[in-house]
Amino acid sequence: MNGHSRWARIYGAPLWHLLALALCFLVAGYATIRVVDVGIWPGFLVWFVGAVIFHDLVLFPVYSAADFAARSSTALTRRRGRTAARPRPRPPRRPPALINHLRVPTAFSGLLLLVWSPLILRGAEPNYRAAVALSTMPYLTRWIAVTLVLFAASALLYVLRRLLAGRAGR
Amino acid sequence: MPDASRGHDHEFEPGKKGSLAARLRGWSGPPGPFRPEFWRSPLRGPWLTSVLGLILLAGITLVAITGLVSYAAYEPRLPGNDMTPGRGLLGFYLFDWPTDPVWLYRVTQGVHVIGGLTLVPILLAKLWSVIPKLFSWPPARSVAEVVERASLLLLVGGAVFQFVTGILNVQLFYVFPFSFYPAHFYGAWIFMAAFVVHVVIKLPRVIHTLRTYGLRDYLRTSVADTRPEPPDPDGLVPTDPAPATMSRRGLLAFAGGGSLVMFGLSVGQCIDGPLRRTALLAPHGRYYGPGPNDFQVNKTAASLGVTSDQTGESWRLTLTGPSRREFSRADLLAMPLYTYALPIACVEGWSTVQTWTGVRLADLARLAGVQPGSTGVTARSLQRVGYFGTASLSAAQVADPRSLLALRVNGADLSLDHGYPARVIVPNAPGVHNTKWVRELDFTQERS
Repeated sequence: MNGHSRWARIYGAPLWHLLALALCFLVAGYATIRVVDVGIWPGFLVWFVGAVIFHDLVLFPVYSAADFAARSSTALTRRRGRTAARPRPRPPRRPPALINHLRVPTAFSGLLLLVWSPLILRGAEPNYRAAVALSTMPYLTRWIAVTLVLFAASALLYVLRRLLAGRAGR
Repeated sequence: MPDASRGHDHEFEPGKKGSLAARLRGWSGPPGPFRPEFWRSPLRGPWLTSVLGLILLAGITLVAITGLVSYAAYEPRLPGNDMTPGRGLLGFYLFDWPTDPVWLYRVTQGVHVIGGLTLVPILLAKLWSVIPKLFSWPPARSVAEVVERASLLLLVGGAVFQFVTGILNVQLFYVFPFSFYPAHFYGAWIFMAAFVVHVVIKLPRVIHTLRTYGLRDYLRTSVADTRPEPPDPDGLVPTDPAPATMSRRGLLAFAGGGSLVMFGLSVGQCIDGPLRRTALLAPHGRYYGPGPNDFQVNKTAASLGVTSDQTGESWRLTLTGPSRREFSRADLLAMPLYTYALPIACVEGWSTVQTWTGVRLADLARLAGVQPGSTGVTARSLQRVGYFGTASLSAAQVADPRSLLALRVNGADLSLDHGYPARVIVPNAPGVHNTKWVRELDFTQERS
């Protein structure tokens, strides 16, 4: 029992924690040796580490900054709206937040672009046309159409919710 | 904290020995994301991360298992089939790939590809929910944390690597400097190792969190009533929360809605009939026309160097076995022909059922002097470039009466892009094993 507590003090977690992780590194290490053996390791390593950098230090900061900018601008318009409407009694039901009606279609559209950009931006065109015998041309149009539908549906929903909130407040 | 730093004040005097270490100890870390007050979303916390983690646990497990199944479907023991020849212990033998049910590969590979696409928003939401941990300061407080954080590099790197390579590959966007097969295969093993250990370490806490707080209370909370979770030891809960602009159920619906959009716009490429047209953003849900040969082409004849002068009157099928024989297309058409509706299902996640007519592989085996069921076959194509110009089928696949050397599809001659003059079609085999433009069927196969 003394050994237990000394281990915990030195290592910071129970012994099984280290054993489980050692097993993980064993399997991952073996797979890495295979990657080295087949000779693809430089590209593999660059893409593996690049994947982390791409998500954590590019994609996440970009969408967070976009969200921050959108929140700041909608917060401003809401404040302005509130001062204009001050004489009216505050409705008991909160009007829907504009930010989410902007956030959701933007995020969905951005997600589709992120995943399907080789087709939408036509980077895959040479391979795609050779293999499939069709052009990637329609994908940009389709993505724009889907984006428009998403924004239109979100706007419609926003108007409906505002109307409902307004009626409930009266 | 202020007390602790005051206690060390005398050490901050310049010129004194050890002042750097003391200053580092008293330092609260670099600014910006390394400070806890930088992270202000009131939604982050163990409950949200636990719920997203559980959804991913189910989803990733499904995608990982169907991925391993796809490896087994390639019959990697048969000559020329394994795209990862240096696999070592990792490509262990699972089972002989069955010919029944005929839709099995269609479903498992559909789940693998469409499931992976559907999980993208959930993965992004999960990574969002834990991102403050990436910047936590100090980077580690114990040896255990150092080791665990190293495994998290494999986990996050592995996850994003697997999703990115898979997503680029189904769009034929080969920008990576390696062959897709070994990279996605070994990447999967690295990711799965880190994934399993992450689940083992975190699952007790997930269960504890959800037992303590339940699902209903947080799911019922509106935006106006959304408050941060109680402070947690991991520092996911913000110390300086901003007002909520979205409820927790709103965030889950947001991520789930993203999944629905991904799913809804791509699942059509696994479905026949009018619903196929719903695959607006998927590489292989395209409409070719109303004719008998108007269905998905994965690789055109031109892209693989097959020309019509090779497939004309001079084309012969060679059977290699105890007896060696040659047949023209007219010879084959004069043999007993059989017609079956069978799916063709690609590793890239699309599938379609078509009606094929041709000679049984079992009959051809007999003509080559081989008892069907005793040996497999290696089919060789006219194709000059690209993968899968050669593919091997097992003895059981050859013996199945529905396994054909197809000459016609939907009542018409095969088009050149669909493999004219003759192609293999085997129930439940992955698409690439249905060799097109067959020039030789070699029944002298030995297992590797």
